[in-house]
Amino acid sequence: MKPILLKGGRVIDPAPQLDQTADVLIEDGRITAVEPNIAAGDGVETVDVSGMVVAPGLIDVHVHFREPGKEEAETVATGAQSAAAGGFTSVCSMPNTQPVTDNQAAVGFIVKQASAANSARVFPYGAISVGQNGEQLAEFARLIEAGVVALSDDGHPVVSSHLMRTALEYAQVFGIPIANHCEELTLADRGTMHEGVVSTRLGLKGIPAAAEDIMVARDVILAELTGGHIHLCHVSTKGAVDIIRRAKDKGVRVTAEVTPHHLTLTHEECEGYNTNAKMNPPLREEADVAALREGLRDGTIDLIATDHAPHHYEAKERDFDEAPFGIIGLETALGLGVHELIGGGVLSLPDLIRRMSTEPARAFHLEGGTLGKGKPADVVVFDPDATWTVDPSRFYSKSRNTPYTDHTLTGRVERTIVGGRTVYERAT
Amino acid sequence: MIRDASSPVPSLGKDLLGLEPLSTDQIQLILDTAEPFKEVSERAIKKVPTLRGKTIVNLFYEASTRTRIAFEFAEKRLSADTVNIAAAGSSVEKGESLVDTARNLEAMRIDMVVVRHPSSGAAAFLADRIASNVINAGDGWHEHPTQGLLDLLTIRDKFGRIDGLKVCICGDILHSRVARSNIWGLLKLGAAVAVCGPRSLLPRGIEELGVQVFGRPEEAIEWADVLNVLRLQLERMQGGYIPSLGEFYRVFGITQERLDRAPRDLLILHPGPMNRGVEIDSRVADGPHSVILQQVTNGIAVRMAVLYLLAGGTPERADVSKGEG
Repeated sequence: MKPILLKGGRVIDPAPQLDQTADVLIEDGRITAVEPNIAAGDGVETVDVSGMVVAPGLIDVHVHFREPGKEEAETVATGAQSAAAGGFTSVCSMPNTQPVTDNQAAVGFIVKQASAANSARVFPYGAISVGQNGEQLAEFARLIEAGVVALSDDGHPVVSSHLMRTALEYAQVFGIPIANHCEELTLADRGTMHEGVVSTRLGLKGIPAAAEDIMVARDVILAELTGGHIHLCHVSTKGAVDIIRRAKDKGVRVTAEVTPHHLTLTHEECEGYNTNAKMNPPLREEADVAALREGLRDGTIDLIATDHAPHHYEAKERDFDEAPFGIIGLETALGLGVHELIGGGVLSLPDLIRRMSTEPARAFHLEGGTLGKGKPADVVVFDPDATWTVDPSRFYSKSRNTPYTDHTLTGRVERTIVGGRTVYERAT
Repeated sequence: MIRDASSPVPSLGKDLLGLEPLSTDQIQLILDTAEPFKEVSERAIKKVPTLRGKTIVNLFYEASTRTRIAFEFAEKRLSADTVNIAAAGSSVEKGESLVDTARNLEAMRIDMVVVRHPSSGAAAFLADRIASNVINAGDGWHEHPTQGLLDLLTIRDKFGRIDGLKVCICGDILHSRVARSNIWGLLKLGAAVAVCGPRSLLPRGIEELGVQVFGRPEEAIEWADVLNVLRLQLERMQGGYIPSLGEFYRVFGITQERLDRAPRDLLILHPGPMNRGVEIDSRVADGPHSVILQQVTNGIAVRMAVLYLLAGGTPERADVSKGEG
């Protein structure tokens, strides 16, 4: 593998609070120097990245790649390439494939496909319960041996408080997080969008914000009881942000994620029965968006994750009640972050990278998330000023289900490097 | 209220999906156009050649008696050719999607589809994807625009106006497409609108639509000129929204005793089918101020007007003077 020298970029590495113009040298898959004016040796691929940001590769701890089971929507390979095109060097894929990754063999298959894809790194989640049925714990130790980095029944909340308690206790010895999709199902009761004036007007069954708040409260209480690490997926309500803030003040081991869409859209997006605005948790209200942004700014919410949920065109091409939940997000996340969060004065550029790389690595104990000397060379190079228009037909993902078609975003990925190898380079 | 003949005639556009997207003028246009069609149904030969040669499909994914038959009569009295498709016994049972069913119908060169569907937004979904006119005959909890229109026409018949009236919609608002169409239609025509029912059957944020909320029927009766009493959808009550039908009747039923204490006579509407002794008492339903059967009669005239206007007709040229043959 040829060494790479990234010359003259704005190097941002939030962990050591580095933000300066410098060169980055990558040799043998690792970062070997970050300093001004590194001389290019023989056989080094020198890339002029002046005007660009050079940062640790983005990390997304919440994606759904549909292989095995629904390869028409996404495979591990297309998902990994979509991630690379979005500037992500590592992603964590949720267990709700068919079959579920609740055993070594299923996890091993994901690991094998990820290795064959040879693109962004894909770390599988294991299921908390066998078959994600919420009854019997999956074999955590064996799952971890096979390669899982976290456990979740995502797609389904863990309904039983006893099971959640047990999972939080049992996982501690292995030091990996238990991630939950927080939804109190008897209250959500098959709702299809946020309960509010828009659901009332459209005549759609609502999911009240309280359905999330109740489950978030339960989970932080159980984390406090057990001392376990709870990771809260896709927080979407003001109430949940308040509960998490209080829990963190008390020292509970809780981490939380928020999606780009919950930070940028409201339930109004469902107007016209737009199935590309149907996701779970649903898009909420202005006050929720404001609370999520504030929570991200003050660190109550640790990180941004996309909940990349590909669905085949036919699946979304139906009436709202019948369409599946979820949208894709890997290729729009950075552009939304720069355009909406930096542009909106919520975060600085280093803060955005912290929330999309440093913190995800820390919460999930992954390598990466820093440009430290000797670390694996997982790097993103992006133009922070370039604007572009979202055209789903150009996505690397197999699916097109995004509500951001024709939106103008800022911040364009130029190159993604995983382990010293360029896995994505923007076509010019 | 008759439109000023000098003002430009608004058109309805391609589809009738709900009353929310319609302007006041468009709603007035439908009601005014319905007037001459009322008379057609009073004739010995109840038929005019207005839609001769047009083909209309009534596509019903949900059980319906009144609405389906009213549409069918309206179509036949306008001399259209009609086909009825119920979900049971059709290719829908074989898993054909809504859009494929519609495209197949369209390939048979139809002009209009009247659709009833259990999912909110289904009529709009169809309208976006086929060139034929689409008429929403009820989609989920969303809208039932022809029911809203016939309610408006019935109220206007009685009072000569809608503007300034106080109308309260009573009962299960949460699951009611009739309620939503009534709210939009009444508000656009200048009525004050209220809803009354147990809080568990009122959707969140309903006040933001511009309606008042009454917790008890006594308050509604004190306030209103008109009560539109909705059917309690028994099939939805499994969800535990109310403790029992008996208790609902006791607290929220529109009874003669309650109406006797009203400061004025109230006009009583009900979209049917009624649950007598649940949301309404027989003495009220069959009483002198009930217009429940006029609603049914008006339902045909309103649907004739909608079919006629969507087919490109104008009120001035409503060709109802000559009978068939």
